[in-house]
Amino acid sequence: MSLALLADAALVLLVLGLAFWINAASRAFPAVVGYVAFGLLLALAWLRLSAGDVAMTEAAVGSGVTGAVLIAASVRLRSAETEAPPPALPLRLLALLLSGLVTAALAGLVLWTTGPAPSLADQAVQHLPGLGMGNAVTGVLIAYRALDTLLEKVVLLLALMGIWSLAKDRYWGGIPGPSRIQPTNGALILLARLLPPIGIVVAVYILWVGATDPGGAFQGGAILAAMWLLVMLAGLRDAPAISRPWVRLCVTVGPAAFIAVGLTGFALPNGFLSYPDSIAKPLIIAVESVLTLSIAVILGLLVAGPPERQP
Amino acid sequence: MIAPAALLVLAIILPAAGVVLALAAGGRGAERVAMAVIAGGAAIALAIAGTLWSTGAPLSYIIGGWAPPLGIALRADGLSAFMLLTSALVIGAIGLFARATYVQPAGTPERRAPLVFWIMLMGVWTGLNAVWLAGDLFSLYVALELLTFSAVPLVSLEGKPETLAAALRYMLFALIGSILYLLGCALLYGGYGTLDIVLLSRLARPEPVVFVALALMTAGLAAKTALFPLHLWLPPAHAGAPAAASALLSALVVKGSFILMVRLWFDSLPGIAGDGAAQFMAALGSAAIIVGSVLALRQERLKLMIAYSTVAQIGYLFFLFPLAGAAGDWERLAWTGGIMQLVAHAVAKAAMFMAAGLIGEALGHDRIAGFAGLGRALPVVMFAFGLAGMSLMGLPPSGGFVAKAMLLTASIGEGQWWWAVVIMIGGLLAAGYMFRVLTPALAGGAAPVILAARISRPRQAIVLGLAICALLLGLMPLRPSALLEVGRTTQAAEVR
Repeated sequence: MSLALLADAALVLLVLGLAFWINAASRAFPAVVGYVAFGLLLALAWLRLSAGDVAMTEAAVGSGVTGAVLIAASVRLRSAETEAPPPALPLRLLALLLSGLVTAALAGLVLWTTGPAPSLADQAVQHLPGLGMGNAVTGVLIAYRALDTLLEKVVLLLALMGIWSLAKDRYWGGIPGPSRIQPTNGALILLARLLPPIGIVVAVYILWVGATDPGGAFQGGAILAAMWLLVMLAGLRDAPAISRPWVRLCVTVGPAAFIAVGLTGFALPNGFLSYPDSIAKPLIIAVESVLTLSIAVILGLLVAGPPERQP
Repeated sequence: MIAPAALLVLAIILPAAGVVLALAAGGRGAERVAMAVIAGGAAIALAIAGTLWSTGAPLSYIIGGWAPPLGIALRADGLSAFMLLTSALVIGAIGLFARATYVQPAGTPERRAPLVFWIMLMGVWTGLNAVWLAGDLFSLYVALELLTFSAVPLVSLEGKPETLAAALRYMLFALIGSILYLLGCALLYGGYGTLDIVLLSRLARPEPVVFVALALMTAGLAAKTALFPLHLWLPPAHAGAPAAASALLSALVVKGSFILMVRLWFDSLPGIAGDGAAQFMAALGSAAIIVGSVLALRQERLKLMIAYSTVAQIGYLFFLFPLAGAAGDWERLAWTGGIMQLVAHAVAKAAMFMAAGLIGEALGHDRIAGFAGLGRALPVVMFAFGLAGMSLMGLPPSGGFVAKAMLLTASIGEGQWWWAVVIMIGGLLAAGYMFRVLTPALAGGAAPVILAARISRPRQAIVLGLAICALLLGLMPLRPSALLEVGRTTQAAEVR
């Protein structure tokens, strides 16, 4: 019984306990806070499984961005919630039972299969030098399965349009959020002044290091988005009107660059979405940099919500 | 000169680039981009289908030179060609029809609905073409996400509270469907180390992990296809959306998840699900036909009636599973019949929803009780509505007749006569709900109908043109289609 095993066991118990607690919470807000903490613990669990990229994404997107959306939603729903009674205990127990059953069934399936699962990890690593990469996950995302990544960026754009489409016609082109946040919270303002310079450096580092270690465009973009949201929440800057040309440019430039680079692949022997050997790495880094910008702006605007006032 | 296989990439990337460009351009640019994409997309679909027709061989394209299982391949077989053509035709008609509604007048600030509509139209098309062409189960998941995220905003495009509720319910069903599908993908990858359809079909064996994966994925896709009893989200969503969007959702979007189910059962995991499972799927389809038709008969609003009719017509598609499972002659007939039902319903239902949209605009309401004498006031629209209705009822000569006749013949030929009974009852019920609309409209009322708005000739012509296409599909010979068999026989031989 080593110390690491003890720590892992504690982590598992914490994750499970928090999961029960989220199910048992009768109000949305505490459940959401629990969910954010749950995401962070889950990220730790992924780290223990040596899945650094998954851990980062879980922390940044699963816990961070999703958590921000859920918190904003639960704050807005508070007034409606006090009128309606909380979900009845049998319903909550049923939800708990269902999630428990799914977990148990999946665990059973994983334990049922014997021997190591077949994996493409070796192949994925083997071709990395040709791309100038060292991180297999980045290789999968930007080379081997680049088409999926490209289409997921289009999904992000569609999601943003979907949220904007909820705006009232008279506010189209306006500013997200019901009203401008006044800079009154001193602690938040201090944080919003101190953290962004550090956050931007970390985001650029994460993007750069993604070539060889866990990291990459999505994680970097999520950190940038978090910095931007912090500034908006502190009231230092208002959200931009969605009709601004720079907003439209920022959200589309990443996917557009990715498509353009993909199409130039037709001139190469390996065709669409292949990269020329000699400049594979700089080209990939360039595409990822523009993508990081687009992802950051899209994620920030996703959290900011549909336009609710005139520009 | 573009190599034929490269067209598979362009079929997906052209509408995807359209989404990006339309958002960057904004305002009037969005419609222009959409029109260019519609023209280009139709040319690409024709070129791919033409190549398959002339060579008789499937096409494939390996993305970035990374061969599966590490990379992903796009593949076009006869089924892909049929679906590419159908979606190009229907989306083209919807696009032209919607130009009158989603206008961005010159020199005015950008409007919400036009921008959202044109972007989502191209988003749906990207997702559909990706479903028809992707050769990998995870790429197909991305395609499903494209479909969901572009279809849901279309439901609530008018922004009314009841359509927002319908859109939210649709999104919950669709997301649960996506999660179940993704879970199945994870299980299959864990079991075999690949998600490529061809490689998986060679590796998969009947064992617990495959059964669980197939069951989860089928359940998820059934929710997205609105198979009874998971159809509850469809009627409010499809009836509440604006006419052009309803046409798109009912004609094509629900077919995307159905084709994915076909790829799963027939191509990725052939022979894994036993006959019992196939019979169960068709039984659910039968229940959809009966329940959907009876509920359609009882609706007071035209758009809700058409939406329930979609629930019923989707049911016929599930006869594919017990009837087209093997490689014999009857099975080949059932294969063509099932896919023809899909194509015929797509074309007829798009025409019908657009006709209903014009009726609603002209009358200012869509209550069936107020339709007396409508045939004289809107002759072209009612004629188009009737032609589309013929296809739904399965009357000759129409695409629906050809499809249902082939399914009927195949089910008797294979000794599964009980499905033939359901097909006939379904036809009678469809006739019931169609004539409930047509009889008062054609008989004429005491007083002449007063129209609230005039409908322009070109829009009537587009609807009539699409309804005539539904009729012309009836010229198809009643035998297995050679184009639809491209890439199928070899695969069946490979596996069996």
